[in-house]
Amino acid sequence: MNSAIRVDLQLIADMVDPATRALDVGCGDGSLLAYLVDFKRVDARGMELSQAGVNACVANGLSVIQGDADADLRDYPDDAFDYVILSQTLQATREPREVLRQMLRVGKRAIVSFPNFAHWQIRLRLVFGGRMPETPSLPFKWYDTPNIHLCSIDDFRALCADMGVRVERAIVLDRTSKPINLPPLLANLLGEQAVFMLRRD
Amino acid sequence: MAGTTDKTMLDDLTDAERKALAQCRHAVLGVERPLRLDCGVDLGPYRVAYQTYGTLNVEKSNVVLICHALTMDQFVADQHPVTGNKGWGESIVGPGKVLDPAHYFIICANVLGGCMGTTGPLACDPATGQPWNLRFPVVTIADMVRAQVALLDHLGIPDLFCVIGGSMGGMQVLEWAASYPARVFSAVPIACAARHSAQNIAFHEVGRQAIMADPEWKGGDYRLHHTVPARGLAVARMTAHITYLSEQALQRKFGRALQDRNALGFGFDADFQVESYLRYQGSTFVDRFDANSYLYITRAMDYFDLADAHGGVLANAFKGTPTRFCLVSFTSDWLFPTRESREIVHALNAAAANVSFVEVESDKGHDAFLLEEPEMFRTLAGFLKGAASARGLKDVP
Repeated sequence: MNSAIRVDLQLIADMVDPATRALDVGCGDGSLLAYLVDFKRVDARGMELSQAGVNACVANGLSVIQGDADADLRDYPDDAFDYVILSQTLQATREPREVLRQMLRVGKRAIVSFPNFAHWQIRLRLVFGGRMPETPSLPFKWYDTPNIHLCSIDDFRALCADMGVRVERAIVLDRTSKPINLPPLLANLLGEQAVFMLRRD
Repeated sequence: MAGTTDKTMLDDLTDAERKALAQCRHAVLGVERPLRLDCGVDLGPYRVAYQTYGTLNVEKSNVVLICHALTMDQFVADQHPVTGNKGWGESIVGPGKVLDPAHYFIICANVLGGCMGTTGPLACDPATGQPWNLRFPVVTIADMVRAQVALLDHLGIPDLFCVIGGSMGGMQVLEWAASYPARVFSAVPIACAARHSAQNIAFHEVGRQAIMADPEWKGGDYRLHHTVPARGLAVARMTAHITYLSEQALQRKFGRALQDRNALGFGFDADFQVESYLRYQGSTFVDRFDANSYLYITRAMDYFDLADAHGGVLANAFKGTPTRFCLVSFTSDWLFPTRESREIVHALNAAAANVSFVEVESDKGHDAFLLEEPEMFRTLAGFLKGAASARGLKDVP
């Protein structure tokens, strides 16, 4: 059992109550799933786009299927899970708003983490460099990036307000994935990524 | 038990059945309470021939039921009593294998309608004392599973740690999970579908027509006439065998290579290696399989439609299921393509079931499920490990 997972995944794991049901959409290599199963006794399932990722997860004893957030959340019944988790994937979905809606239909709560496109480094690169920003958390060229719906922390808050979704928790992380506690204007400037816990209002 | 059995069953066993029964266990069931078949007929008594590997633990919690495919049988991991070949499932069952008899009590029963010891069209109708032949009632996948349930009841086994099978075996796995969810802790349907497609029914029909067009078939009463519809059954096998392979695998294995000659023969002998191979497959099949059995078992697959049995909605078949599922498909399988497995996964998701689904990259076609596929073995090992830990099974590594 591996108790060391990425800092942002650990933050998500800490938000999940033990012995609950969770679906991790875009579960990658399954490290968050394995942590939830091993250390929090969560009935955790995963969905992953890459077949290689799925096969590796299942070979490790995790319940994972191949699928993507845009197409496959629709299958699940209402309230099937206590949590639906989407980490670092929202910006790569075709219809982020619909994905959020589905997550909050299928799960009682949604936990979403995403890179903040209003981080000061990104702003500087675009304003003064005049080129599409490439950063450690967004390391792609404009023409081959999977990230087609990037947003800032404030954009995401606005979407939640527009959808009538309640933000139960919002944690903003700096470049070292350390939580920072700042007023919203500064958080949107200095936060490199954010983790939100949402629920239907 | 065998002595009383033979009297109860009034069978005129074939050589293959005699050899099979000598090498495995069997139970005579349905003596007091016959088996109510989907077609409405009450069948009983009937015999189920089965093979076991490993030991039942004290808690009776380590039982794995293997459901075999169309032309397979209960001899998963031992020498075949008729052909002498090694067991069809030796890559998966055995010491150090995914299903290790050191940990699991593994059962595989010959299906109802089969020809390796379980009651099928070769048996005698207890009402008349005459062989059933084509008067044997048409059985379904659900009937096959009912016979397996009766066997487990007979053995005093309350539930299964895992029920696993490929192709028609996968159909039985789905039927088990849908009809007896409380008795199935985990289910592994491999390379299968929740219903037989029009194309697959069509191929089966070609095979059946080949058998019935053979003059030696005699309306199904060939044993009475001491004939064997060998040519028809061989053609049925040849057709089916093509559907088990991928175009790529056939090309790689044979291409247009010639058989025992340097030039085309300008005739209708087996010029090409692929022809010779198919003829061989057909002729050896006849030695170990019964033509009427082939008719009945292919029919059972054709009739399988799990959604239809649940109001037309596949998800209803799995409503509230406690079973953990692991589905496996293969990229080059065109008989049971990945999309068929994906449909089952969608239905399981709609039932919020615990499901894993892996598509294995392979160019070996449908047959891949019987072959050395390390990716499939890793998948199964991981899934079983997770399931064993959830079940609290001790001694399973």
